Amino acid sequence: MSTVTLTPNIAGGDDFYEELLNAHEGLSKEDSDSYNARLILILANHIGDRAVLSDAITAAKRKG
Amino acid sequence: MFDDRYTLAYRLYPYARHADQDKDTPVRHPVVVMGGGPVGVATALDLGAQGIPCVVLDDHEGVGMGSRAICFAKRTLEIANRYGAGKPMVEKGVVWNLGKVFHKDDKVFEFNLLPEEGHEFPAFINLQQPYFESFMIERLYEMQKQGAPVEIRGKNRVDSVTVKDDHVVLEVMTPDGPYTMEADWLIGCDGANSPLRTMLGHDFTGKVFKDSFLIADIKMINDDFPTERWFWFEPTSSSGASILLHRQPDNVWRVDFQIGWDVDRKEEMKEENIRKRLDAFLGEDVDYEMVWSSIYTFQCKRMEKFRHGPVIFAGDAAHQVSPFGARGANSGMQDIDNLGWKLGLVINGQAPESLLDSYNTERVHGADENILNSTRATDFITPKSETSHIFRNAVLELSEHYEFARPLVNSGRLSLPCVYDGSPLNSADGLPHGPERTRPGAPCPDAPCPDATPGEGFLLPKLGGTFTLLTLNAEAPEGFEESGVAVTRLALNTADDKTGALAARYLGEAKSAVYLIRPDQHVAARRENFDENLFRAALRRATGKE
Repeated sequence: MSTVTLTPNIAGGDDFYEELLNAHEGLSKEDSDSYNARLILILANHIGDRAVLSDAITAAKRKG
Repeated sequence: MFDDRYTLAYRLYPYARHADQDKDTPVRHPVVVMGGGPVGVATALDLGAQGIPCVVLDDHEGVGMGSRAICFAKRTLEIANRYGAGKPMVEKGVVWNLGKVFHKDDKVFEFNLLPEEGHEFPAFINLQQPYFESFMIERLYEMQKQGAPVEIRGKNRVDSVTVKDDHVVLEVMTPDGPYTMEADWLIGCDGANSPLRTMLGHDFTGKVFKDSFLIADIKMINDDFPTERWFWFEPTSSSGASILLHRQPDNVWRVDFQIGWDVDRKEEMKEENIRKRLDAFLGEDVDYEMVWSSIYTFQCKRMEKFRHGPVIFAGDAAHQVSPFGARGANSGMQDIDNLGWKLGLVINGQAPESLLDSYNTERVHGADENILNSTRATDFITPKSETSHIFRNAVLELSEHYEFARPLVNSGRLSLPCVYDGSPLNSADGLPHGPERTRPGAPCPDAPCPDATPGEGFLLPKLGGTFTLLTLNAEAPEGFEESGVAVTRLALNTADDKTGALAARYLGEAKSAVYLIRPDQHVAARRENFDENLFRAALRRATGKE
């Protein structure tokens, strides 16, 4: 069964993080929330694998 | 004493005093049905076609006003056709294929149902419920004239029911006063608020949704609205949180406004207020007449068990869904399709009573599937939380530009017949390379018969009513009998299959196939070749004897 990758997988992580925050720059809370939702849906569709998605949904529940 | 709860559209079965009412001892009937709606009348048609006596009791004298259910699925039409009532429905009904989805002011996308070729009936028709019911009742009278032992008694209200070990005693009120009757089997088809369910104290649990919808059926004058299904999410006319526009026969359109939970029903139902919503939505220059209106709320609920000894529940009495996806009346028809032949075999002593427990297993499975689908559609249409609303709108926003998001838009997943996977009546799949859609438990898909002229002669009318052995390019006896149940063979050869549909739907990669098909046109067993012992066992299994 496929599982979600939880080890470092993005080359240039700092770059990515900055780009993500920049996308939210200047957005109201409402627009940011809606942007996040669209982004999640796009990424989820890209992954496609149902098992990985379930795994990610569970993994994200952990807060610390 | 006998006030109508609703106005009649057609008074089709006026009260007439019956000989039963003058007997000193109560008359015992094999089957009594409570409720003369579509599901109750379907019960009489199914049993009547088998020659089994059936009395339908209804507390009104005909079909109620109001279009109510308007969307009838192919499977329903196929079942009605088996009863001899399907064709007039299609002639009267409106066939639609194109759907459009709007968000705020924009059309976000459109879809075509693109129905598969090679089926006698369309994927869906829109037809006002009174027409649907009338065609079935007309058929009941036609059957009666041909000698079928079925009847419907108007203004016969069941006031009390006593359940005995092997029968039921009913106290029936009529305009001439009460009488008592008995039934070996009582079928409860008395709707979502089932008085029978309440009388017997059975549970009915599930979810109540906090929203209400206003239906306005309007007749357009000089209209140019096309025959399409239009669904608006958050229309800017603010006449509703969502709006559905859908065409019916007679130039009538269904407009369905989502108006929220905290509404003053009496205010909202005033014609001037309905017109205000309609005008805001349609524009001031569109001229229409009001035909019917109603406010509804809904629930997704079901009984834990549909069979309680000699009392069996079907249709809305057994399970209720939200209207999104047209899974109410359509699933009720599938209940009777499933129950009819089983009850027939049990009454004729050809199958053990335990066969009826498979009605419970299979139709509870069907109800759960319908409840799941309609709950999901409801959650999409009326988001329960702020986050759910954000995601819903994100899907709609994305669907305008990106194809991937369109399948996530859920304004109702339209009713498809249930596959009875895992049913105790199924035999293990002996055709592993056969198509998945015709695996054991599946409803048979229609297909043109190879020897027929294109557009005529379909497979399904040749199946059903009794057990059939469908052979494709395979040898088999013309029929056999196993512990009192007969099977007849239908031999087809795909060498003559002009469209290739039959081979695609029933053979797949296989060279030949033999199917055992139940009277409700569901697959009980299939193999590449006929094997007498295995098919005898499959028939015993399908009739509750293994």
